[in-house]
Amino acid sequence: MDEETLAIFQAEADSLVESLEAGLLALQDRPGDRALIDQVFRDLHTLKGTGGMFGFTELAGFVHGFESAFESLRSGASLATPSLVAVSLKAHDHIVALLAGEAPQGAETLLAELAAAVSGAVGPDAEPKQDLWEEDLPVLNAPSMAAPPVPPPTQPMPAAAEPVTPQAHPAAPSVQAAAVAAQPATPVARSEGVSAPAGGLIRIAASRLDEMMDRVGELVIAEARLAEIAAQSGLPALVSVTEDIQRLATGMRDAAMSIRMTPLSSITGRFRRLVHDLSAQLGKPIDLAIVGEETELDKTVVEQLAEPLMHLIRNAADHGFEDAETRVRLSKPATGRLTLTARHSGTEVLIELADDGKGLDAARIRAKAIERGLLAPNAEIAPADLLRLIFAPGFSTAEKLTEVSGRGVGMDVVRRTVTDLRGRIDLSSEPGQGTRVTLRLPLTLAIIDGLLVEVGGERFIIPLAAVEEIVELADRTAGSEGSSRLLNIRGRLVPYQALRDLLATPGDPGPFQKVVIVTAGESRMGLVVDRIIGSNQTVIKQLSPLHSGLKTFSGATILGDGSVALILEISGFSVPAKIAFPTESRRAEVPA
Amino acid sequence: MTLSRATAPTGSGRLDVVTLRLGQDALAIRAEVLREVLEPVAVTRVPGASEFCAGLVNVRGTIVPLADLRVPLDMPREELGPDARILVLDLPLAGRPAVVGIVADAVHEVTRIEREALQDVPAVGTRWPPQFVEAVAELGGGIVMLPDLPAIFDVHLAGLAGSRHNASGPAPKAEPKPD
Repeated sequence: MDEETLAIFQAEADSLVESLEAGLLALQDRPGDRALIDQVFRDLHTLKGTGGMFGFTELAGFVHGFESAFESLRSGASLATPSLVAVSLKAHDHIVALLAGEAPQGAETLLAELAAAVSGAVGPDAEPKQDLWEEDLPVLNAPSMAAPPVPPPTQPMPAAAEPVTPQAHPAAPSVQAAAVAAQPATPVARSEGVSAPAGGLIRIAASRLDEMMDRVGELVIAEARLAEIAAQSGLPALVSVTEDIQRLATGMRDAAMSIRMTPLSSITGRFRRLVHDLSAQLGKPIDLAIVGEETELDKTVVEQLAEPLMHLIRNAADHGFEDAETRVRLSKPATGRLTLTARHSGTEVLIELADDGKGLDAARIRAKAIERGLLAPNAEIAPADLLRLIFAPGFSTAEKLTEVSGRGVGMDVVRRTVTDLRGRIDLSSEPGQGTRVTLRLPLTLAIIDGLLVEVGGERFIIPLAAVEEIVELADRTAGSEGSSRLLNIRGRLVPYQALRDLLATPGDPGPFQKVVIVTAGESRMGLVVDRIIGSNQTVIKQLSPLHSGLKTFSGATILGDGSVALILEISGFSVPAKIAFPTESRRAEVPA
Repeated sequence: MTLSRATAPTGSGRLDVVTLRLGQDALAIRAEVLREVLEPVAVTRVPGASEFCAGLVNVRGTIVPLADLRVPLDMPREELGPDARILVLDLPLAGRPAVVGIVADAVHEVTRIEREALQDVPAVGTRWPPQFVEAVAELGGGIVMLPDLPAIFDVHLAGLAGSRHNASGPAPKAEPKPD
């Protein structure tokens, strides 16, 4: 078998086992759900089929046994008991190990356990049906099936053609996982384009998508140049065709961008599994609720979020929750509740993990911080800043290392990942009530709608999504003194500052200054600029490591005339008291 | 990193370099890292950035940071002359390939230096910070200096990283001790 064929098989098998795991976990909550059982069965069956076809005989044999055990479940005579799900998950892990090329032991034992768990759940007379290689196909094709039939395992797969079944598709596991895992009220995560009917899905290499995004970016820049020329020429025909091209480019941009957007549900499957395993391992009953799984983020952001969220969940399970007896004594529900929420807020995506455990122990964090030399013994520190110390590298208040956590590595990973994504972490905790960690991430799209403004002859882009309105600055001297002032916007006071002060712009302010009212998180503020040039489509280019540390810029772009303009990061301005640019201290660090 | 592999002026053979003038000094940059030489273009100021790297330029659709070697090399900063150029270089930044621009008062020629002619910078009698000088050599009757570009950018980035993560205690200062 050549490498390409093997890669196809691997990709397919990976998505199948992922879907299988999601299905098994969901079965725990809804043991009688026919659609779920059918889906698990389908996954097993397809896995067996492709495994056999590609010469993975050991895998095919094992899955066959696994499938046989599930057959009696599928016949409707039995329920998926917790013990059956537990064994099934172990069997799933065995399959993962087989796929990874390891040689895991205990296949026989697992199959025996499976059979026992099934018969325990059903009764002695329901022997698992054997030898399903051929005869179950008609059943799979029965009209009661919710999804399209699986191709017979003997059917040769054309190497180039993409698989036609939803389970066999890489985009599908997320869809399937979401569909299975979501509450019955939302049977399928209908995120545009991803959960299209099975026949409409194709698989694309991520690099091609990136390339397309680059091209679209260049198109948008070229289009801006064309628009400028057209406006100068005043030729009606040229202006009209430019408008057409503008419209098309905008459409292209939106389409290309929507392809990159991935719902959070594509990574939540593993969180359910993690919580399930942790719950068993720690002997603490924990329930994970996920809200807003359909929230979409840029593909790369979603992928990078998986690891920090795993660490946060692990930490909450291990340190956050009391054990069941303590919880009952405190008249809390015995089962700990962990809630993962995702939602959009302005130009940010908020991802929040809240537990109802014992909360962070401020005194202990303080003691530990002093012990580690992070804090002077008599230092005064705001409660929020004190809690934030848990994100310092190697910081752990755990008295003993457990298998799950306590090395103080996890929170550092969280902080670093979120910082790399140009996001922020908020942390709040109430003793006895629980802890809430909020990750605030920028949408980091490749192209945004921007408002082009001018300050002292220099041009900057403000993300249009953050702009609420633009007002005239009545008192024209007001913007030049650097102090934060207040503006009355329809009865509400909004602080404003001169961008020229914040950006240390040389020169005097222009005569007709405007205030751009922007929102960052929950707060509003005004930024005084000399001139509003207009709105444009802005292709975000990341700043090099030489500048990526600057909190006030999220990137740069190339304008229609070929010059470079910086894109303001509004959340970098959101704390007016602290915005002083560290020009002096920064300068000192440049070796001179 | 491409540059550090032949840091020590040992071995035989010749080194392709491009020579340039910066202030009163003649500098030589390895030709292998040179991507192109540009006429001066519009530079976008980056507020809050260090003086060493205070601007951005557009190089054929790519946004490239523009660095001024006179800052780390302790040279007086005057207006660039009428023959000023921007050298676009391929240099790794933080371990990843990157493109950076550096300014020069004039760019002379691509030439070769015998490796034997490369010498360590003398401990006394030079005004350049020795940790940023890879070697000096005699060329055409004058002295040319090969700046250690990876060291200059690494030290600068380490300084930035230190100032960025101050939440986790006092940052290690990567600032070299001036001799």
